[in-house]
Amino acid sequence: MEQIKNMDAKSWYKNKFAEFEKSLNGEAKSLSHLSKKESINKLDEISFPDLKDEDWKYTNVSAVIKENFLPAQLCKPSVSLEIEKYLFDFTDSSLLVFENGIFNEKLSKIHRQKNVFIGSLKSFSLIDETNFQKNVKFRKTTAFDFLNESFGADGFALIIGDKTTLEKPVQVLFINGNADEKVLSSPRIFITVGKFSEADVILNFVGDNDNYYLTNINTAVQLDENSNLNLFKIQNESKKSFHFDNINISQSANSTLNHFNISFGGKLSRNGLSSNLIGEGAECNFNGLYIANENQHVDNHTFVNHAVANCNSNETYKGILDDLSRGVFNGKILVAKDAQKTNAYQSNKTILLSDKSRIDTKPQLEIFADDVKCSHGATVGRLDEQALFYIISRGIPSDLAKSMLIRAFANDVIEKVNLSELKEQLNHMIFENLHRTEI
Amino acid sequence: MLSIKNLEAKVEDKQILMGLNLEINAGEVHAIMGPNGSGKSTLANVLAGNQGYEVIGGEAVFNGKNLFDLSAEDRAREGLFLAFQYPIEINGISNSVFLKTAINEIRKYKGRDEISPKEFLTLIREKAKILGMDDSLVSRSVNAGFSGGEKKRNEILQLLMLNPKLAILDETDSGLDIDALKIVSQGVNVFKSPENAIVLVTHYQRLLNYIVPDFVHVLYKGKIIKSGTKDLALELEERGYDWLIKEEAEA
Repeated sequence: MEQIKNMDAKSWYKNKFAEFEKSLNGEAKSLSHLSKKESINKLDEISFPDLKDEDWKYTNVSAVIKENFLPAQLCKPSVSLEIEKYLFDFTDSSLLVFENGIFNEKLSKIHRQKNVFIGSLKSFSLIDETNFQKNVKFRKTTAFDFLNESFGADGFALIIGDKTTLEKPVQVLFINGNADEKVLSSPRIFITVGKFSEADVILNFVGDNDNYYLTNINTAVQLDENSNLNLFKIQNESKKSFHFDNINISQSANSTLNHFNISFGGKLSRNGLSSNLIGEGAECNFNGLYIANENQHVDNHTFVNHAVANCNSNETYKGILDDLSRGVFNGKILVAKDAQKTNAYQSNKTILLSDKSRIDTKPQLEIFADDVKCSHGATVGRLDEQALFYIISRGIPSDLAKSMLIRAFANDVIEKVNLSELKEQLNHMIFENLHRTEI
Repeated sequence: MLSIKNLEAKVEDKQILMGLNLEINAGEVHAIMGPNGSGKSTLANVLAGNQGYEVIGGEAVFNGKNLFDLSAEDRAREGLFLAFQYPIEINGISNSVFLKTAINEIRKYKGRDEISPKEFLTLIREKAKILGMDDSLVSRSVNAGFSGGEKKRNEILQLLMLNPKLAILDETDSGLDIDALKIVSQGVNVFKSPENAIVLVTHYQRLLNYIVPDFVHVLYKGKIIKSGTKDLALELEERGYDWLIKEEAEA
């Protein structure tokens, strides 16, 4: 049965690709279109992942494959788009808006800066198409990645030259599912931070709760020597939506990445996040917070590749799961034979707020060097009864006491957020999503 | 103020309190002493409403209300306070938010208006000063990263801020050096008034040099086997509990 359904999805997307191709005029022979064509052909050859695949053991994507989502290019443009309610309130930031993966210039407000390109991936590709095809690479392994390339019309590009500090944080809003049809949104994100350069980037994925759609992203990040990037991914989408992201980061010597993966999820979300530490002195900090309730499913797969010596990685993933929700954490750390003096730490902690929520957590350490410091730990538990009693014994009602402990639990991740405006708003979102009294 | 009659309680499947009687009136300070495992902490937790402890017999009337009919939060709102032996750390919740929330919940219960930010700040500064605590404490997370002594001091700050009718101090003196003990005792003595009462659960007579009790009770195997004045504590310090236990066995 599975096989037939798979075929269905493939022929559906193949047909849609042909339709989309017809709508192209001169562009059909362009380099970017050729790689799209390659991808749709590749999609035909490979299968979507299933539960037999070790990496997808706990995440069943059959519901996604069964559905026929219409690529955004083929959807009717929406009449209106309300963005205010989704925005993070910053005194000053650049704003880019993508509607179903396609750039909406009118709603965007870009703060231009010397030595920096901020804009849509499409406009960036038009600057020098040959070079773009050569240099802008997205890692493709699963069927979702090839699907992304096939229909990935646009996306976000941030290219920062050397010795440049991005003056204002960039807020990138991806509004998905805003269409009459069940839409497939395929944004691509490309970020390069030059030597000795710095940036704060917020990628915010949203969608209205009634909308049924698929967001399928591919993200490529390159950090040059001595660069520093604070990259926030915040996902707060429709509880009927599906979300797949494949994030690949490459870090040169002495670069620092602070990645925040704040996931309020959709119906089913899968975040693939991997960093390659290929230059000595690189540091990678993965901070994750996953909050889910009802029948949400959130899967975080992370990978840190210590390819060279003297690098640090620090991973803290925390989750709060209520109702029937389900979480998956798979954190792999690979320390290569020559990667001596590696420091690699990983921790995954989950609080289950209901008897029926569940987490499957799996740390994977593969260490081939002998002079390293590595540790990992995972805990699963409930809100601490003694701590609850302590708070309640001060006259505070139990629901508020629970909220205090939830905030305390999430605080390990939230306190590391360097943008103060974002901090409070994230806290607010935690309680809003869990339908609990805010504290 | 508090009248406990034939109180029996268990933890998991083990009965700890075996019919305990105690009368506490306003203006009094009671010390409860006794060997390890005699039920001192159980008594404190049962009175405060810890759900890990189950009352299986007897009653406790607190200012005319049956204590065991009240939820833990309502007991606090009625004026009962427990200073914990092991205070909990709450990262990300400031002392100020925590105490303001508690004060306002208690006020709400009594049908009073919320405390104004200005009033709150004046109050917390005044109380922190008594305990020699820094102003910056207000914005620090509850007990987070505090030393053992600082945590105990913070319990007393909460006591002064909430100003209950009955304060139960569960081994507040444990782990304190002599300076910290003096400060904590000073805080408790500032709290003490003819309108309220204090129960000190302690192992050591040392505390009672600073907070002088009107009554000293010895708890053994879930019952009070001897009551006396502060002199009893001195005698216990000297002779231990064995003679009392022997006396009890003979009786």
